[in-house]
Amino acid sequence: MFKCTYACGSDEHQIARRSFLGMTATGMGAIAGGLGMLAQPAAAKKLASDQKRVIVVNMAGGLSQLESWDPKPGTPTGGPFRAIPTSVPGIHICELLPETAKQMHHLALVRGVNIHENDHGKGGYKMFYGRPKTPAAEYPRLGAVMARTLESDATESLPGHINVTPGGGGGRGNDSAYLGPRYASISLDNGKPPQNSKLPDSIKADTDGRRQAFRRAANDAFLQRRRTAFTDAYTHNYEQALQLMQRRDVFDIEKEPQKDRDRYGSHDFGRHCLLARRLLDSGVTFVQVTHTNYDTHNENFNFHLEQLGEFDTPFACLVNDLAERGMLDSTLIVVLSEFGRTPRINQNYGRDHWGTAWSICMGGAKVQRGATYGKTNDQGTAVTEGEVNHAQLFHTYLQAVGVDSEKQIDIDGRPVPLADPAFHPVKELLA
Amino acid sequence: MDANPQATHIVHQWKCESPLINCRFEPAGKFVFTATEDFSIYRFAMADGKRTTLAGHKSWPQAIAFSIDGRLMVSGGCDDQLIWWGTGDEQPKPIRKIVAHRGWIRALDVSPDGKLIASAGNDSLVKVWNIENGELVATLTGHAKHVYSVAFHPNSKWLLSGDLAGDVRQWDVQSGKLERQFDAKPLTTYNSGQRVDYGGVRTIAFNGDQSQVVFGGLHKAPNPLGAVNEPLIMRFDWSSQKLLRSHTIKGVKGIIWGSAFHPQGFLVGATGGSGGGFLGFWNDDKDEEFHKLKMPNTARAMDLHPDGIQIATAHHDRCVRISFMKPKT
Repeated sequence: MFKCTYACGSDEHQIARRSFLGMTATGMGAIAGGLGMLAQPAAAKKLASDQKRVIVVNMAGGLSQLESWDPKPGTPTGGPFRAIPTSVPGIHICELLPETAKQMHHLALVRGVNIHENDHGKGGYKMFYGRPKTPAAEYPRLGAVMARTLESDATESLPGHINVTPGGGGGRGNDSAYLGPRYASISLDNGKPPQNSKLPDSIKADTDGRRQAFRRAANDAFLQRRRTAFTDAYTHNYEQALQLMQRRDVFDIEKEPQKDRDRYGSHDFGRHCLLARRLLDSGVTFVQVTHTNYDTHNENFNFHLEQLGEFDTPFACLVNDLAERGMLDSTLIVVLSEFGRTPRINQNYGRDHWGTAWSICMGGAKVQRGATYGKTNDQGTAVTEGEVNHAQLFHTYLQAVGVDSEKQIDIDGRPVPLADPAFHPVKELLA
Repeated sequence: MDANPQATHIVHQWKCESPLINCRFEPAGKFVFTATEDFSIYRFAMADGKRTTLAGHKSWPQAIAFSIDGRLMVSGGCDDQLIWWGTGDEQPKPIRKIVAHRGWIRALDVSPDGKLIASAGNDSLVKVWNIENGELVATLTGHAKHVYSVAFHPNSKWLLSGDLAGDVRQWDVQSGKLERQFDAKPLTTYNSGQRVDYGGVRTIAFNGDQSQVVFGGLHKAPNPLGAVNEPLIMRFDWSSQKLLRSHTIKGVKGIIWGSAFHPQGFLVGATGGSGGGFLGFWNDDKDEEFHKLKMPNTARAMDLHPDGIQIATAHHDRCVRISFMKPKT
């Protein structure tokens, strides 16, 4: 059973406490030792070899499986696009993804997804939380679970759960439920560094050092008597924020070589994929990049042409770079949506919401390379083989990075399943 | 007989096997051809509605054009191909196939002098071909976005092409040089929330005395992904490029998918979209239509018969409809 870091007396907690006490005892110097493990070469080396990471590309609005991973050309539902061969003999994907097709030997397609949901919010919840939304309980989002279960000393100095969003203002998400705010997402609005991560010009470094020392002293006094999981989280967040401010260049893709910026492209999604690579390189556990918008009730084909034209090259660059850098075995890649799109083409050349028979793409980590799992019928209207749902996929993501998804996490003495215990991982997808 | 737009009514509706994308009358008016989502082109005899299937494209055919004498038909599709056909053959077969663009071919037009055919597509190129032998005559570069429409000026000297960005380019056909541009940007929008480009110049038409040109499409598009937009036709003075009219259809949501000037001077357009299908009729004295006709299903294209009475409309419900602009008899 995984144990939480709250005041539960676990070994893990003791380590965190020692680290914390060390920091408070010696000030900023010790903080660098406590959360700044990446500054140490040994830790960085360990990260490169052992640390598991996850990159999720969220095709917001509902990517059409027929215009991406499961084309049906020449059928009444197939639309105008053709299928093209990939680097894996026998696997064809839509012609809108020519660069991704060259990376198919690193990837796997899950073509029999059925989540029984056609609503954006509910579908998204199922896909990102691995369970249906219910008023009876709150569950942590995939990124929070990954940040928690893959946490190590080597990952401490940066947030473990980052969402790179096209917009939205940034800030911290409320998506970690019982795992606590430490694992909540931090959103990077259009790839910009986290909000308020730059020291105001009016505050000098030595002034800031003195006020942080005062904060720590006050905290220390308080914690002698009133330490709780929440105070731990607050303290951790402060210290992590300080580290983050010192490592702000992690969010600056201008530090990446010009040739890489050229390869990924200057548009938002290209920049965001390059930022994702940089964050994963730097030890961030979970990065989600959102590409929008695929909710194409109208002119589905024109808009997929436009959107996937933007998606294809940077995504393929990211997959290729992870492979070339030796990070693929340790990095899980997932391309998902809240659902797919209807096989039926509506009167506006659109496709509507469709959670019944659609596809996602996975890759890296322990995912079988160059595989397909599941099938739909000739016109894509039903799954005929290998049907999987959101909960099975959630299990599979965790298993792919070496987390036993069928174990439980200890929350204040209460065992909570990491993933929906009614389902199991799709073993056929795992090497 | 003069056309009477206010008396327009549907006379025929002929069924295809899948939703229609386009429809065109051949120059003699004996047939109407439809492009459909099952990759086929269907030919219907106007006399009796007899249907003949033309198979050859490997994806959706999008555009249809005819030689001036009506002997040849050329189609262009999402398989990047131009295909030549014998219009009146008992069972038309492809005469010539050319991979003409890298990306969909969206529009075709034949020069009024009968020598050339222009194609336009998703590679942002406009290409000019010899219609008799299929030789490439010119490649016109400069559009920054997909090219949605192309039309020769009635004098055959000029060629117009319109793109997704609302950029209409006037080319000198002989030299291939860009002569000037029309600003039809009201027909396009970038929605920053949905992060999509939308709209574009979907139709181009010249009036009879060549003094005016219209560009059709859509505007007022707060929700492109949800098909929330309204039809718009921009009417320009050809010489001065002054915008004369912005034609709308009151209370209708949709897109102008086809437009044509009637020899009597009024303008006809077909709309389709979330508001259903309509035929609209406009004069040059006001922006609003002087008449509109609700169609049974959303319209995706239209063409005017050489007799000036019949209108063909292509619909999603697999029907091509023939409407008469005259009172019911």
